[in-house]
Amino acid sequence: MEIYRSHVLVCGGTGCTSSGSSKIIETMEQMLVEKELEREIKVIRTGCFGLCEAGPIVIVYPEGTFYSHVKVEDVGEIVEEHLLKGRIVRRLVYKGALTDESAQVPLKDIPFYQHQHRIALRNCGVIDPENIDEAIATDAYQALAKCVTEMTPEEVIEVISQSGLRGRGGGGFSTGIKWKFAASSKSDKKYVICNADEGDPGAFMDRSILEGDPHTVLEAMAICGYCIGSDEGYVYVRAEYPIAVERLEKAISQARAYGLLGDNILGTDFSFNIHVRLGAGAFVCGEETALMASIEGHRGEPKPRPPFPAVRGLFDKPTNINNVETYANIPPIILNGVDWFRSLGTEKSSGTKVFALGGKINNTGLVEVEMGTPLRTVIYDIGGGIPKGKQLKAVQTGGPSGGCIPVDLLDVPIEYDSLIELGSMMGSGGMIVMDEDNCMVDIARFFLDFTVEESCGKCTPCRIGTRRMLEILDRIVEGKGKEDDIEKLERLARVIKETSLCGLGQTAPNPVLSTLHYFRDEYEAHIYDRTCPAHHCRSLTKLQITDDCRGCTACARVCPVDAISGEVRQKHVIDMDKCTKCYSCIEKCRFDAIIKV
Amino acid sequence: MLTKEQLEVIRQRTLERIQMRKEDENQAVRVVVGMATCGIAAGARPIMRAFMDECNLRNLTHVQITQTGCVGMCRYEPMADVIFPGKDPVTYVQLTPEKVRRIVAEHVVNGQPVKEFTIGAVLNNQ
Repeated sequence: MEIYRSHVLVCGGTGCTSSGSSKIIETMEQMLVEKELEREIKVIRTGCFGLCEAGPIVIVYPEGTFYSHVKVEDVGEIVEEHLLKGRIVRRLVYKGALTDESAQVPLKDIPFYQHQHRIALRNCGVIDPENIDEAIATDAYQALAKCVTEMTPEEVIEVISQSGLRGRGGGGFSTGIKWKFAASSKSDKKYVICNADEGDPGAFMDRSILEGDPHTVLEAMAICGYCIGSDEGYVYVRAEYPIAVERLEKAISQARAYGLLGDNILGTDFSFNIHVRLGAGAFVCGEETALMASIEGHRGEPKPRPPFPAVRGLFDKPTNINNVETYANIPPIILNGVDWFRSLGTEKSSGTKVFALGGKINNTGLVEVEMGTPLRTVIYDIGGGIPKGKQLKAVQTGGPSGGCIPVDLLDVPIEYDSLIELGSMMGSGGMIVMDEDNCMVDIARFFLDFTVEESCGKCTPCRIGTRRMLEILDRIVEGKGKEDDIEKLERLARVIKETSLCGLGQTAPNPVLSTLHYFRDEYEAHIYDRTCPAHHCRSLTKLQITDDCRGCTACARVCPVDAISGEVRQKHVIDMDKCTKCYSCIEKCRFDAIIKV
Repeated sequence: MLTKEQLEVIRQRTLERIQMRKEDENQAVRVVVGMATCGIAAGARPIMRAFMDECNLRNLTHVQITQTGCVGMCRYEPMADVIFPGKDPVTYVQLTPEKVRRIVAEHVVNGQPVKEFTIGAVLNNQ
């Protein structure tokens, strides 16, 4: 690797790639050759920087200039002005990255990054994920080397237990105890699995870690193999993540070439191999027993536990299964020690958690914060608040298994136990922000619709119970709710939670229960008053023309069903019997004279 | 197959190459070449190249080579500053690739500015 005077980091995560970052890299490399700069400046495709909202992102070192929303047409200006002449292209710099005096703000001091603490994402956006040397430079495989040459498996497990690391996939079970169970099972063969079947709508942290720093996951799986006495591992990743799969496979072959995977790792007796298995995108396959069935080539259906995977798992052998983000925490814990990790987060939830911010929020993207950080910090300081000056209403965490946290509980610290107390859960870390325009009944309906689709159908409560609940919700949002619908929903929810076979069914009613708990009045308004307080549900929303109408006739002309009538320069009226609620008139009106009631 | 020692060698070697991306630990010596239109016209590109080749040759991974715009003394171009952390910049003027080689050897490597090429010396001689 030659010395270059400048490194240009271009985000190659899925978000930025879909908005054209590959083309940016291609164009830039071509222009560098044209300007004879290719020996001075190196272009590097990194993993996700987290600020997906501002993508495609380009960062130029050594200056650390943070360009956002870069288009292919802008590449010429960056090369000509910045890389050749050393003049920063100010119009392309991210708005928080220049002070009023036009001095540059270091990346870590930009509000979006300032409140973050990146452990699992530490190398995403820093290294070239397809270059194992760069991973090694940022300490990849140092922890594995330390484990296999200086520590016994028991000592390593003790460190993980003491650190207080809990499963980042949602369950929050102690990782150390899990490893101890698998280690204590006697067998001629054991397996290590990485669960990368990320299925929650809106969550993409596992994908970003695999795309930005695949070696950390491989290293941690090998460490786990060393601890529990396994020589073979599987990464179960969904086929919808092509970039992650490609980088994972490259990383595995590079690690094999260096002998960091394979036989006699680092000259010791320890051998470990990793295979990749692609999932077809079924949500239920994120459940560990269904996932293992899928690896074995069976239908992705769960099995009752016990026996737990640690006793009888993949191919009926003892198996340890952890989530991607959990694994990404292992090497730093080994290298930095228990005290360091425990100093982060809260007493019962140590370390950090990655959240995928989505919905009605300015900085859509991936953030990693210490456990115990209040939701308010995540939404306002990091997330940049709610767009268009709207009011925050609630935050949904935990995806289809989680629940909603209303705005008045925004100062509760985020950790496993506090979220469960609020009737939600950590889940894998999806965080969907909702504003005043979101109808909470419809949100619950949306998530339940997802679980109905994704139920594998093996057990009755989940297969039929969730569908009955969905039917009730469907009629409520259509304005056909019945008197005892709320009670019916509650009864069904309780039965489904208590009797479903796996986590999917056991948690499926959560979105309904938590919205019923915090927003019962909205359900009641739908059922008894036949109104939707957020004016979201079309069947329950009426349009009205106010006195602001100037009679310009624009609405009448755009209406596809001729439901609006009125004389020129006179107030118009809408015939709600004809209106199909396409809302084109609202968009057309220049005087904001048409309102939803 | 790698040994633990070889792993450490790769780590150190690559770390030096990517040091510039770690903002916190930047203790680099900076070489700033004037690359405005005047600088480029006076031959700043070969000067930039010479700094890079020389640093590559000597494996000087702690040196950052960057550019800047016009500082207003166009007739003294090509110009470059050499800046040690915590010290005042030393400004060199009317550079040639030969001068660059001496500056890298004497100043960047050994910390002794090449006085006769600095702006102070050139102005005094006129």
